[in-house]
Amino acid sequence: MRHATALRIGPVGFRLGSDWPGPVAAIDDLYAGYPQPLDGIPDFTVRLFAARPWRRWLRPSVHIGGDYVLPDAAPLPLALGLIAAEMGMNLQMALGQRRYLLLHASAVERDGRALLMTGISGAGKSTLAALLMARGWRLMGDEFALVDPETGLVHAFPRLISLKNEAIPVMEAALPGARFGPRLEGTPKGTIRHLVPDAGSLAAMDAPAVPALILFPRYGFATETREVLPSETFLWLTQASTNYVALAERGFDALTRLVTQVPARALDYPDTDSAIAEVERLWASL
Amino acid sequence: MGLAVSGARILADALRAPETALRLDAAGWTALIAMARAEQLAGTLAHRLEGLAVPGAAACILADARASAAQGQTAALWEAEMARRALAPLEMPVVLLKGTAFAAAGLSAGMGRSIGDLDILVPRGRIGEAEAALIAAGWEWVKPDPYDDLYYRRWMHELPPLIHRERDRMIDVHHTILPLTARITPDAEALIADSVVLADGLRVLSPPDMICHAAAHLFADGDLAGGLRNLWDIHCLIGESGTQGLEARAAHHGLSAAVARAGRLSHALFGSAVPQAWRRTAGADALYLRRMLARDGWGRATRRLTRMGFYIRSHAIRMPPAMLARHLWTKWRKGHVPG
Repeated sequence: MRHATALRIGPVGFRLGSDWPGPVAAIDDLYAGYPQPLDGIPDFTVRLFAARPWRRWLRPSVHIGGDYVLPDAAPLPLALGLIAAEMGMNLQMALGQRRYLLLHASAVERDGRALLMTGISGAGKSTLAALLMARGWRLMGDEFALVDPETGLVHAFPRLISLKNEAIPVMEAALPGARFGPRLEGTPKGTIRHLVPDAGSLAAMDAPAVPALILFPRYGFATETREVLPSETFLWLTQASTNYVALAERGFDALTRLVTQVPARALDYPDTDSAIAEVERLWASL
Repeated sequence: MGLAVSGARILADALRAPETALRLDAAGWTALIAMARAEQLAGTLAHRLEGLAVPGAAACILADARASAAQGQTAALWEAEMARRALAPLEMPVVLLKGTAFAAAGLSAGMGRSIGDLDILVPRGRIGEAEAALIAAGWEWVKPDPYDDLYYRRWMHELPPLIHRERDRMIDVHHTILPLTARITPDAEALIADSVVLADGLRVLSPPDMICHAAAHLFADGDLAGGLRNLWDIHCLIGESGTQGLEARAAHHGLSAAVARAGRLSHALFGSAVPQAWRRTAGADALYLRRMLARDGWGRATRRLTRMGFYIRSHAIRMPPAMLARHLWTKWRKGHVPG
């Protein structure tokens, strides 16, 4: 393709091709410190393309393609090319990842042990992970946690942290010196601004961690913590995994091991300060 | 042949002679994997390359593809078993077709092959019973459109597709292997009469009929989408069962031209052991090869005009001109856009 780049996020290599220079330049800029795919061979290809040649210039609209595609995925305006590239990479993971059990969860690490946070969109998993990173935890990822069925370890997938709407000013205040992407208005999820994970998180991206706690945060309620039984955690996590069914027995075994070995808590919180205090308290009590 | 250079040639070469892949650099491997995924051949390629000293990153990707294909086959065979149970009380012959048949019969064409819908063949006179039994067992209509439904029932070689409401898997119930509107009318009764019964009671086509069906599917139906995979099926089938009696059987079904072309192209791309007469390309073969290899290193469909030509051809051979015009007019009014 006319414009192309490659990068590796944790164990997963990507190649991105684009009909326009903009999305590739945005990715190269924000992913500047990331390594190249192992052996120069990416796991997945993402293509950003114009459906008709003239749509490269005339009302340019970015279609997302690649090794794995969803039929009928809506195109994005060129101004949101960065989002299209991110969606393309997420799509490859969601549809094509077969090495790791993929959990739609954020993950942070301290002392070699990982905290996984999962929940519905708006539960605050990205924001809480970013705030914990600001407090010295290693960010392993804000979107996907990769569970290795062979070892039970969690592998990092520290892509750009995708901050949405109210989370943007919260993180701008918490990390004034951090690298942020452009402010993108009018995306399918409102306003989005990407935050680059800190240098420590990137330097350690190849180090897996032992899962130690699973949290189900829920924003907008009085602070309350409740134990979640392995059976219930199992059910929630099958919902939070895009490839649990495709991995079949390996997926079942990996998830069974995870929920039987790792404690899980539901955490309701009214504001981020309370949530962080509660997370630190739970972590200390493990 | 001059027309057919480049494109997905590296993929065809890697399938034919796996050691050719060892000459690839990182960019070559990247292109090979993208092409194989786009042609639904990643699992097949992974099986062909198993055991070779490929680069570490490629080895991981290929191992994932093998695991993924294995799981796909488990699911496909389970789906066949579900259909077997639903149809067993009717005591009619049920013949598995295409990918599920290759996997069920343990053929080399099934190695790593991706399998989509379940395709079965039943006697035409009993297809209504089969439909009723499947619906009673949880399959439902996919196409709510009355025109499409009527079109299938009047003119197609299969029932409108059914999908299982719990397992979300499609089944295509055929009563022959080409649409009734096509000029060629294979002998469906002979396909069933000569089919081979497997241990569980399900059947697969006889070896020559498998090749005839694959060739019919490739050249006398569709627009060659997925053509490379179908041609690889043919290569494997020829390699396993040979071509003894194949020409006579093809002639019986009216498929001589399609089977001969399949033999020639399979020899040209994969070096299949075919009769002498099929060892040289002929007529429009170069155009077919050009279409089959129309894929670039990003996995993109290329050669737009060639593709469009085959798309138009697929309709022209499927039905007579006046009927085609009426059909396309109806589809266009309903908002269908070709391509």
